[in-house]
Formats: sequence, structure tokens, C-alpha cells
Amino acid sequence: MTHQVVPVKVYGAVFGGLLALTATTVAVSKLDLGEYNFIVAMTIAVIKASLVVWFFMDVRRSSSLTKLFIGAGFFWMAILLVFVLSDYLSRGWLPGARWL
Amino acid sequence: MADSETMVAAHAPGLQHHFDNTEQQLESSTLGMWVFLLTEVMFFGGMFGGYTVYRNLYPDAFASTSHFMNVAIGAFNTGVLICSSFTMVLAVRSAQLGLKKMLVLFLLLTLLLGCVFLGLKYVEYHEKWVDHHVPGPGFHYDDARYARQAQILFFLYFAMTGMHAIHMVVGAGLLTTLIVMALRNRFSAAWYTPVEMIGLYWHFVDIVWIFLFPLLYLIGHTR
Repeated sequence: MTHQVVPVKVYGAVFGGLLALTATTVAVSKLDLGEYNFIVAMTIAVIKASLVVWFFMDVRRSSSLTKLFIGAGFFWMAILLVFVLSDYLSRGWLPGARWL
Repeated sequence: MADSETMVAAHAPGLQHHFDNTEQQLESSTLGMWVFLLTEVMFFGGMFGGYTVYRNLYPDAFASTSHFMNVAIGAFNTGVLICSSFTMVLAVRSAQLGLKKMLVLFLLLTLLLGCVFLGLKYVEYHEKWVDHHVPGPGFHYDDARYARQAQILFFLYFAMTGMHAIHMVVGAGLLTTLIVMALRNRFSAAWYTPVEMIGLYWHFVDIVWIFLFPLLYLIGHTR
């Protein structure tokens, strides 16, 4: 159609990166980093997902409108998680609800 | 009449007459597909939200379950899905170039890898069944302290990987449809939109697994 064909080596490089990151996340999970285990695992997952979205789903060449929709969708997802956590994580931070 | 025939003749190959040009046609399909995928993000987001809440409430119980997850199969399946995403982009690329045989070959490879994933998922589910880790009256957990809380994790495990597996089955059906369409010469370098759209769907399902794998299999592995 309108898009130029992407060279196979670009896809190959992304593919190799995804496999390497999978190996990394499994390897890191065997080290005891305390709370950082979760942070590292999620960071790697976000990088992998971004690679898939950007190159394999070809969002890098999508229109601004499509990008706006995608951004809005993931922003809504962030609202879901952040608002839920701001409730559950902050419970017990204040001594009993005496003023109520 | 003569006018409309001239109009038809003026169309670019593969352009449906209600679009101005091929850019607009592709843009409409891509945007529509992404809107659908974002509803899917919301749908899985609810389950990821549930997981987040319970993992914060019962971190030790959730960490203890990771010893009963088959990390070898989970990691291998992650690789299988990444390979299938790779073959899927190569299928789209072949369609772009109008290479029918390559298109069919890469679609078949993608389908095959999807089936490998589902087969290994069956092996895992069977392990859970044998170990009494399926939530319900037959549930049994060795560590009595966490028995009730671990059951919540296994419920989330089956809900999330189960919904993911259903999406894989749907994807396998879509791929089969694409293969049949390709064999019937429905696609050309001028029009292959379904290949590209189902490719987007397939990659989305891959992304869901990219998050499920560390959350369900790897968290708390060192404890």
C-alpha cells in the first residue's frame, strides 16, 4: 500500500532484542534484589512491549491520530492502576479515622 | 453510467470506492483496529488491576506460589510467542511485496507456533490439575498459612492465562481464515489490509503474555 517495505534486518534486530530481554528477565529473577526484582521485571516487560508496539505493530509510521488514540488508551490504563494503588497502598498510613 | 465507469477505472487498485485514496483507507482500518485493541487493553487492564490489588494485600502468599509455576515452560512459551510475532511481521512484509507463497508459509509458521504455545499451556494446566492447584473444592496448598490467599493467585492465574489462551484460539482461527484467503488469491500488493490488521491483533496477544509471564512466573522467585 502506501508504506515502504521494512528491511528484514530491522525486524530481525527487534526479534533478537526481544529474545535477549526474555533471557535477561529470567536470569535477573534468579538474583535476590529485594523490591528491585519487581521493578526490573516490569521495566524489561515495558521495553519489550514498546519494541513490539513500535516496530512490529508499525506505530512508528502510523498517523498522529492513531498515536493519540493509543496514547489515550494507555493513559486510561495508567489511571486505572494508579488510582487503585493510591487507595490500597495508602491504607493505614494515617492513624485511625478519628476525625470522621 | 459512463461517468461512474470512468470513476471506477480511475480507482487505484485495491481502493474501495467510499475512500478518497489508499492512505485514507489504510488509516481508517488501522485506527478502527487500534480502537478495538484498546478495548482489549481495558478488558485485560481490569484483571491486571485485580492482580495488583491482591498482590499488594498478600505479597508473601503470592511470592510463595511462584515455586509451583513451570518457569521453563513459561520462558519457552514466551520465546515461542516472540518467534510467532516475528513470523507474523514477515507474513505482512510478504503480503506487501505480493509474495503469495511466502505469505502462506509465514502465516502457517505463525499458526504452528500458536499451536505449540497452546499445547504447552495444556501441559501446564494438566500439571496444576494433578497438583490440586485448580481453585475450587479440590484445591490443596502445602503451606497451610497461605492456602486461602494462594487460591486467589491461582484463580487469577487461570483467569488471566485462560483469557489469553482464548485470544490465542481466536487468533489461530483468524490465521486459518487468512491462509484460506491467501490461497484463494484474495490478497495482492495493492490490498492486504486483513493480514496487517490480524497482525496487529496477534502482536497485542503477544504483549499481554509479555506482562503475564514476569507477573505470574517470575515474581518472588528468590524467596
